[in-house]
Amino acid sequence: MVEAAIELLVQDLTIRYDNDIALRVDKLEIRKNEIFGIIGPAGSGKTSFLNAINRMDEFNDSMNVQGSINFGGLEVGNVKNVYALRKKIGVVFPLPVGLPLSIYENVALSPRLSGIKDKTKLDEIVERCLIRAALWEEVKDRLHQLGSLLSGGQQQRLTIARALSQEPKLLLLDEFSIAVDPVTTMRIEDVLKELKKEMTVVLVTNLVQQVRRLSERTAFFLNGELVEVGETEDFFTGVVEDQRTRDYVEGRFG
Amino acid sequence: MFQSTELNRRNHSVQKLVSILFGVVTCLLIVPVLTIMTVLVYKGGPNISFEFLFSAPTNGMTAGGIFPALLGTILLVVVALIFSVPLGVATAVYLSEYASDTWLTRLINLAIINLAGVPSIVHALFGLGAFVIFAGFGTSILAASLTLGIMTLPVVIVATRESLQAVPPEFRMACWGMGATRWQTIRKVVLPNAMSGILTGVILEVSRTAGETAPIMFTGAAFFLPFLPQGILDQTMAMSLHLFVVSTQVPGVPETLPYSVALVLVSMVLIMNAASIILRAYVRGQKKW
Repeated sequence: MVEAAIELLVQDLTIRYDNDIALRVDKLEIRKNEIFGIIGPAGSGKTSFLNAINRMDEFNDSMNVQGSINFGGLEVGNVKNVYALRKKIGVVFPLPVGLPLSIYENVALSPRLSGIKDKTKLDEIVERCLIRAALWEEVKDRLHQLGSLLSGGQQQRLTIARALSQEPKLLLLDEFSIAVDPVTTMRIEDVLKELKKEMTVVLVTNLVQQVRRLSERTAFFLNGELVEVGETEDFFTGVVEDQRTRDYVEGRFG
Repeated sequence: MFQSTELNRRNHSVQKLVSILFGVVTCLLIVPVLTIMTVLVYKGGPNISFEFLFSAPTNGMTAGGIFPALLGTILLVVVALIFSVPLGVATAVYLSEYASDTWLTRLINLAIINLAGVPSIVHALFGLGAFVIFAGFGTSILAASLTLGIMTLPVVIVATRESLQAVPPEFRMACWGMGATRWQTIRKVVLPNAMSGILTGVILEVSRTAGETAPIMFTGAAFFLPFLPQGILDQTMAMSLHLFVVSTQVPGVPETLPYSVALVLVSMVLIMNAASIILRAYVRGQKKW
């Protein structure tokens, strides 16, 4: 197998909140067009990792990021235009965030912010993103209803549609299924399998079985430490090096 | 198995007693409001007519209407709002959305709280010194409104800041995450959803501004003026001061006149409040999460 191109390369990363270290990663490679799983119990630094990638430390005074995150050949920490950087990175949060705008405006917000005013162009973007997020059929007749009044599962797909409207190269999902029913979770997982043809997906999750269903490679974070990275299947066939990984995957803790 | 013990019975009767006691106290609160309104309507109501509202006082203010004072109060409130709402909202947006928690912002917050606690007569003297004399506006609507505006600024700031902070932080995170600037986030998502709370602040400000007497006494409100103000650098009569004057300063006023003036003043505040509450309910109905 040919070595795939690397989309995200993390080296000597340390994330601190004031003086407490939240995460330390020596080296982590995420390949282009793969779904990369990150598992680990709460407080292991998974969300901090995602926040460091799209420079959300700007909004948290106590958060401090050191080290190197290289995204598509660019050093994230040196990017001057953070807004353009964040636009290339879609984020989906644990709890669905339907902005209190209409369904249409939720998806059209990002294109609008980047200056697209043409109505037909916006219509086209909204329809395309909602279709790809598997939500179009349910909402196509009521695009002007409030997005925040949709059900949890629909809002989460709306969030994904919104992220897609940014035309991201990298999609970060932070425990997206935590407030979503199993059927919707399956639908979103199908969506993700399609999306990875066009972008790189980082999937942070508590559900060990979810990474098994979706991701080629997985990292295990524990207490702010990257314990192990490997082929996902190896995690389940016991070919892992660290006893803690084996224990976590087999449900002995966490 | 479910038989009540001595302790259960005691808890139950205490709980009953508390609910009755607190209910009575709550009802007592309505008594002063009802009494005031009843007395005002009973004594001042019959005197109110179209002519009373829209003509000037005559016979050394012992007869005639209240139009100059009515118009004056409306002018004072409007000019004060024009000054304090943009300033207050801008301050609140800065404090809530931009400023990080440093000693400077804490100092500013402390100053705002203190500003709210300054007695109105002190504001009056400040307004006299700063606007009437130093800025050279003279005793005028402008000087009086600026004084009122400064006095009510903390109300607007605190109400706005609280309603901004009631907008869930997740909305901001979602916006920032898609590459929006702070200002884009504020304009598209935060401010529209804080609107009903900001309106509440404005309602409170209107009520307070309309009723204040001390701050306008030295800065722009006149005892009696034979003509209406021609611009914001003129003096004006005002309802609150007019009520004070006809109640205590002028001999030979018929007993019902002060009641009528008071009734109109209270009604003005109530009508403005009601209008704002309806507007607010409407705005709230538009936005939901």
